[in-house]
Amino acid sequence: MENFIYMLAPLLSIELFLVLFFGTLAGLILGVLPGLGPTTGGALILPFTIPMDPLSAIILLTTIYCAGTYGGAITAILINTPGTPAAAATCLDGYPLAQKGEAGRALGLATIASVFGGIFSVVILVLFAPMLAKIAYQFGQPEYFALAIFGLTMLSSIGEGTPIKNLIAAAFGILISTVGSDFMTSVDRFTFGVNILTEGIGFIPVVVGLFAISEMLVQSTLLHQVFNRITLDALKLPTLDDVKSTWKTILRSSGIGAFIGILPAEGGTVASLIGYSEAKRWSKNPQEFGKGSIEGITGAEAANNAATGGAMVPTLALGIPGSATTAVILTGLIIHGVRPGPSLFREQPDFLYGIFGAMLFSNIIFFILGFFGAKIFARVTLIPNKLLWPMVFVVCVCGTYSLNQSLMDIWIMLACGVIGFFMRRFGFSLVPVIIGLILGELVEGTLRQSLVIFDGNWLMFLTRPIVVTFLIFSIAALLVPYLRGEKNN
Amino acid sequence: MKHMQRNNERAIKKKSPSFLNDASIVSFVIIIFSLFLFYLTFNFDEVPPILNRGIQPATFPKGLLIIIMSLTSILYFFSLKNPWKKQETLPKTFSYTLIILILFAIIAKTLDFFLGLSFLSFTISYLWGERRKLLLFFVTVIFPLLVFIFFETILNLRFPGGILTDLYYR
Repeated sequence: MENFIYMLAPLLSIELFLVLFFGTLAGLILGVLPGLGPTTGGALILPFTIPMDPLSAIILLTTIYCAGTYGGAITAILINTPGTPAAAATCLDGYPLAQKGEAGRALGLATIASVFGGIFSVVILVLFAPMLAKIAYQFGQPEYFALAIFGLTMLSSIGEGTPIKNLIAAAFGILISTVGSDFMTSVDRFTFGVNILTEGIGFIPVVVGLFAISEMLVQSTLLHQVFNRITLDALKLPTLDDVKSTWKTILRSSGIGAFIGILPAEGGTVASLIGYSEAKRWSKNPQEFGKGSIEGITGAEAANNAATGGAMVPTLALGIPGSATTAVILTGLIIHGVRPGPSLFREQPDFLYGIFGAMLFSNIIFFILGFFGAKIFARVTLIPNKLLWPMVFVVCVCGTYSLNQSLMDIWIMLACGVIGFFMRRFGFSLVPVIIGLILGELVEGTLRQSLVIFDGNWLMFLTRPIVVTFLIFSIAALLVPYLRGEKNN
Repeated sequence: MKHMQRNNERAIKKKSPSFLNDASIVSFVIIIFSLFLFYLTFNFDEVPPILNRGIQPATFPKGLLIIIMSLTSILYFFSLKNPWKKQETLPKTFSYTLIILILFAIIAKTLDFFLGLSFLSFTISYLWGERRKLLLFFVTVIFPLLVFIFFETILNLRFPGGILTDLYYR
């Protein structure tokens, strides 16, 4: 009962409600704009949260996450370009249905599926995060090390890039985390004699560089591209027949999305692809997929929104990000002095349930905003890149500079932008870099502390059942993409 | 029939990887970069056993670099079997955008941070096709100014000095 009251906190305080509302609005706009999305948007907004109290700051970031994931569907349906990577599967049927003159119906179905998936995932979050946190109480340093390794190996199976490329990217992310003064011995590593680098490379310059600046460079190669934009008259609520033919798909995809979200490092993109393919597999009319199937739209959208709550489970309970955007939220938590993990559930239930409540109400607010304002949000896609990206760059530079007031962060951001561009060009996903960077310190720290406990004996890892379980899961995570590839071949 | 066979052979030859394809260049760059960093790890200070908490500070980065180099080698050998899709040549606008980013860095460091931002906003916007003067003025002057005021007043941020910023701070 007490926790339920904590969940209502965002509605009971005017300040928190305003943060909730404007976070949802900002998330929708960021989700609609192709190339921005909740990850880059969250990273850009993060510096603005510094003067806020921790709850307001994290509510802002989580609502951007929830609404941004839905916002991507608007662009996917109207201009056949996913506003966020998680909306890629929505294009497959959303745009064809819109081309048939049913854009309002496609968006209505996407909205309903997103809201259901989002609310379903919050229920999963409320139920499972405390349970996972209880289990995590039994974890020592070796278990956390094995868990982090499991999270990293899961990256091999994320949608973008080949498994080997994803693993190289993850190792590169961890390597970035080793720059600076060694946190255990204070020995400088890869600092090249530059004093500022002894503090290490910050998360924000890397995220903003990899996602926003590389996207700006990508946009510079697409100036000739012309979008066929479909006009939206009004968003239509699904008819009873639509609901009858899609409710099973929405329910199934919500379950899939929440489960995929809970897995460390997986996220909305993988969830939507699996949700879509399962919708097709179970459908009575699989031949309609790709031609405007309403099951295809709802399958993808329910899954990617359900992944939001799911991805928050390992983030809050274990401090292991469930997706790239939750990595940004995790950074926000750390910046605001909140240490995610099992103790958070015991010490700050008001804070945690406040976040859960905000995610729940964000889904309701984006339903209302999406229903009444989809036509206006669709107009956001009309902002030309030649005006949008210079403005995004200004915010990127000022936001990155503001964290440490250091020009070095801006140079790092620019360098990461160029590296990110070439990584994308050659098929390397950027998400593993971010998750590797976040998990790097945890991997190294827990490894070294475990070796102290084990007196330098590596074989002692195999005497701990939880460690062995995670290592078996890790091997499975590495093998699954290849077995899947063989099967597809 | 023979003609078709010859065409197929030609197509296979075209697909066969040369030493200057994307996969080999990317693998080469990653391995050279990793080798350079690997060399640097030998210059890290060593700590006495009582302080080294399990392993020396250089051990973890060394292990990571070995993993990166091994995975890159595997990636290269896989590319011999399944060649990467050839990338289209990058347009000139990409090179110009990259040059503008470098010029921004130089101007921001030597002349003025906000002059650099205005320069970049104007040149990118113009290069990408914007010709409307009012919008160019908005992107170049008004928007950076609004962001400056926001960060300066609400976030109490002090931006690095320069010919324009110093005028404001005086």
